[in-house]
Amino acid sequence: MNILSIFTNPYLWASTIAMAVPLALPAIGGTFSERAGVVNISMEGIMLISAFVSVAFSAYFHNAWLGLLGGVISGILVAYVFAWAAAKMYANQIVLGMAFNIFASGITAYLFNAIYGPEGTPFDTPKLPDVRIPVIDRIPVIGQILSGQNVMVYIMFVLIILSQWFLFKTTIGLRLRAVGENPEAAETAGIDVVKMKYLGIILGGAFSALGGAYLSIGVLNSFSPEMSSGRGYIALAAMIFGKWTPVGSFLASLLFGFATALSYTLQESSISKNIIMMLPYVVTILALIGIGGKSVAPAADGIPYRPKK
Amino acid sequence: MVKKVLQSILMPLIAIFISMIVGGIVILITAKQNPIYAYIALFSGAYGNLMNFATTLTNAIPLIITGLGVAIAFSSGLFNIGAEGQFWIGAIVATYLGYQIKGLPWFLHIPLIIICAMIAGALWGGVVPGLAKVYTGAHEVITTMMMSYIAIYFSHYLLEGGPMMDKGTIPQSPVIQNSAKLSTLVPNTQLSSGLFIAILAVVVVYILMYKTTLGYELRAVGFNIKAAKYAGMNVAQKLVLAMGLSGAFAALAGAVQIMGVQYRLYDSFTSGYGYTAIVVALLANNNPIGVVIAALFLAGLSTGAQEMQMQTNISGQLADVVVGLIIFFIAIEELYRIIMEKIKTRKTKLQPVGGQE
Repeated sequence: MNILSIFTNPYLWASTIAMAVPLALPAIGGTFSERAGVVNISMEGIMLISAFVSVAFSAYFHNAWLGLLGGVISGILVAYVFAWAAAKMYANQIVLGMAFNIFASGITAYLFNAIYGPEGTPFDTPKLPDVRIPVIDRIPVIGQILSGQNVMVYIMFVLIILSQWFLFKTTIGLRLRAVGENPEAAETAGIDVVKMKYLGIILGGAFSALGGAYLSIGVLNSFSPEMSSGRGYIALAAMIFGKWTPVGSFLASLLFGFATALSYTLQESSISKNIIMMLPYVVTILALIGIGGKSVAPAADGIPYRPKK
Repeated sequence: MVKKVLQSILMPLIAIFISMIVGGIVILITAKQNPIYAYIALFSGAYGNLMNFATTLTNAIPLIITGLGVAIAFSSGLFNIGAEGQFWIGAIVATYLGYQIKGLPWFLHIPLIIICAMIAGALWGGVVPGLAKVYTGAHEVITTMMMSYIAIYFSHYLLEGGPMMDKGTIPQSPVIQNSAKLSTLVPNTQLSSGLFIAILAVVVVYILMYKTTLGYELRAVGFNIKAAKYAGMNVAQKLVLAMGLSGAFAALAGAVQIMGVQYRLYDSFTSGYGYTAIVVALLANNNPIGVVIAALFLAGLSTGAQEMQMQTNISGQLADVVVGLIIFFIAIEELYRIIMEKIKTRKTKLQPVGGQE
């Protein structure tokens, strides 16, 4: 196979973007959470729960949008419990994340079996629509890459811009970041630290839930146990590589998306697909150890904070 | 002291109790069955007779050994959540040396495999995540998790048409030599003399962590890294060492699993032992004896869950739900403190009233 023909194939770039969505959305979610000083590795579990609830709602109401809504609500509810345990009970955040991920993997597989059995979700479950963009559609190559993607791709683009603006240009965004950098100072300045942590975690849950819904009713219209397959963890790495900013998280997710897309494109070549599948994980480690610029976490990230009052 | 011991036993018990109740409610709602019958099926399936108990012990062996590894990391203040990958590395090394080396007597072959697997696991779990942590500050939670995925894909590569694939079309390795197999303890079960390796590992880790200077230093780093630095310890070296030891034990578990139970490596087989081992270490509060008890409990949960599934048609994945809840209820220890304080203040409020009478 000609290497050049692989890279000029618009399909590779279109699927790079498509593969980046379920990484970028939870990565941005993680950014909100960590900017508020909370390490949330339960994004993996929240994605899984949302993926399941989305498909269940979509099948039940026969409406993919209600599926998406159900998924996001489930993500917010789970994140709320996480927020309570992390911000009010000062629980160890990594241990808490582990608990949520094991629980999510168990409960989704259990309910999937209990409700749908071996046949799985009904095959007429609606999925979120793909969207043709009128003008861009007609441009060669660019049209093939940017048009005709799932609607979640475009929602993601809007959310990236909104998130960047929210975090760096609004007062609440500033307060959120202050809590992650120096909660004592923030509290002295009259900011409700616990409330800000709730906000960061819940935003994180909502974004992760969008990513999970994309997996089950965006790419496909079905659910399978463990379908998040570690994306929540890669998202965490993308967030770090993206220096804890929404735009950076997205760009890093594109890199991981590219590695995955490439592993699919090269499947028929002589290189083992398993070797290529390792690439995103290798890239993540390289990114973490600072190849491509060192990124520094918010100063109070991961440390439970007890309000002074 | 007594209070501390009581706390470390009582806390997990309360967490287990609440989680079983919540699990029971899930059964009641979704399966519309009596949860008590389900739990009886679960426990008799786990510990009810010699065969079932032997199966539980078989499942407990990799959990004990991997759990010890995770506990070493935890005691040193590190989160090794990549034990699964280190387990795989141990299994790969054991399988390869197991079928490649021919003509050695078992008393040389088995120790050779154990040593090589442990070294490989130490390098995998220790060198990359440990050095990355020490020199670049990369959080070990992510690096060990990534190394885990790389290990799993690496094993798929080796088996799916790769250098370790046996003749034929099934992605599996050749069977290991007889000299690399651990003997069976209970006939017609998979319980092997790996049990003795597990017991030995518990003793070794106990002595290492509580009776040697190194163990003291590792725990000191975990207890307060700044104080350890101030006391002049080489903290960086201790962190890498702790990760390495942690990886070595997880890999040992993988090797014992191959030599005692599987005899060959097959594809698309996710052990999950590495993940459950984290729960083992948490429940055990990193105590080696506690690791044995926690491993027996969790192994029983998974053995029993299969039995429960057969008898009551309740899906065995419920065990994961219960495990997740247990960790959650352990993590929110603050809640118990608040409740205890509420009870105490109520008592002191009542006392003056009683005194006035």
